[in-house]
Amino acid sequence: MADFVMPSLGADMESATLTTWLVKPGDSVKRGDVVATVETTKGIIDIEIFDAGVIDTLVATPGAEVPVGGLLATYRRSGTAAVSPGAAPTAVPTPLRPGAPPTAPAAPAAAPPTTTPTAERRLASPAARKRAAELGVDLDALRPSAGGAITLQDVERAAAANAPRPASAAPTDMRRQIAQSMSRAKREIPHYYLGTTVDLTNAMRWLETANASRPVTERLLYGVLLLKAVARALERFPELNGFWRNDAFEPANAINVGTAIRLRQGGLVAPALPATNQQALPVLMRSFQDLVLRARTAKLRATELASATITVTSLGEGSVETVYPIIYAPQVAIVGFGAVVVRPWCVAGAIVAAPVIHATLAADHRVTDGTRGSAFLMAVADLLQRPEEL
Amino acid sequence: MTAPSAEALRATVLQALTAVAPDVDPSVLDAALPFRDQFDFDSMDHLNFVIGLHRALGVDVPEADYPQLASLDGCVRYLTRALAATAKA
Repeated sequence: MADFVMPSLGADMESATLTTWLVKPGDSVKRGDVVATVETTKGIIDIEIFDAGVIDTLVATPGAEVPVGGLLATYRRSGTAAVSPGAAPTAVPTPLRPGAPPTAPAAPAAAPPTTTPTAERRLASPAARKRAAELGVDLDALRPSAGGAITLQDVERAAAANAPRPASAAPTDMRRQIAQSMSRAKREIPHYYLGTTVDLTNAMRWLETANASRPVTERLLYGVLLLKAVARALERFPELNGFWRNDAFEPANAINVGTAIRLRQGGLVAPALPATNQQALPVLMRSFQDLVLRARTAKLRATELASATITVTSLGEGSVETVYPIIYAPQVAIVGFGAVVVRPWCVAGAIVAAPVIHATLAADHRVTDGTRGSAFLMAVADLLQRPEEL
Repeated sequence: MTAPSAEALRATVLQALTAVAPDVDPSVLDAALPFRDQFDFDSMDHLNFVIGLHRALGVDVPEADYPQLASLDGCVRYLTRALAATAKA
């Protein structure tokens, strides 16, 4: 029997509240399946299983706050016998978990009511709970229409009437979480900052031509060129792509660029685009679009929040020219881009009006020095001169 | 097929807009002012809005025409012309 535990969705997360099970005992699951949703300060997050098998027992109940590493469910790995000889199924409820971190209480399923956000939990049908999670409807804000449990219809009616967002997405929670992680970064990481202006004449011209022949559903935004250029440059600067853990740098084995996404209700999240350096631009654009959409509707997946190896923040149109970003611990670098602006620019001894962008790097001085950081930013600038190769 | 009225177009535009920016209250929206000046509306939102219009009306707006879609009035004007042009063609 294997344990399915609460994943860590970032260094700043200690626990999360289980909101919905999307599987039941006996269901077959495969690697990457979304099996539950949890509520965190980053919103409702889908969590995946990284194994194939059959769900055995759902240990944690919806509404329970479960620490990172705490037991959520048990499952049988594919290929293992349904009932192992000698192990009576009745012995399952309190399995031994030798690998569980010390912070995990012995039986997370029996979460004390004090850790549950609302003392009085609403009765709701599983379908209603699932739909509520999908629509971002707060079940505690609902009244059941028929007196008993909240039904699917109640949830959909509430969503249609613009029911309040879940408490998790409230700006105050988001602010508290940002405050925690940014204070930690400023306290622990010796940042150094570098910046340079990058000529985007070629990139913008290439983009205009490329988009002119594409239907609206396939058009690219310049932001995707920036993400790809950063990811490609990182192939040659592995010391900027990874984590600072236990007083040492751990290079990451993939380049997953986290992209800072501003949320409508305030705050931001920085989910990752997996293997950013290997995705063709149109594919990366679709992933980016999908990520923004899901971040803004609080439907991100756990791996997306936990797998970034570096972050890019791009202020976008109508913003200032320069951003001095703060590193997301335990990452060791963050790249910032201001707005694209038209400025006088020297080309072959003449001054022309050119679209330019200011690129900045904030990096961890424990891992790299300014010389490497500078070489990296210049590599990014260089790649942006040849957009057709990105 | 008859061309949709300005009122119908307006409703379609508002629908596409609120799909992208659910925090927008159509009753307080100033139709003459750019969306960008009234609420959070970045380039990704704008692209998704144009995709929404494309799905609803079948109009493929070239990137060069994006500035004409900056406000509600601008959208209705542009789309009326674009739909009339397709009807003739």
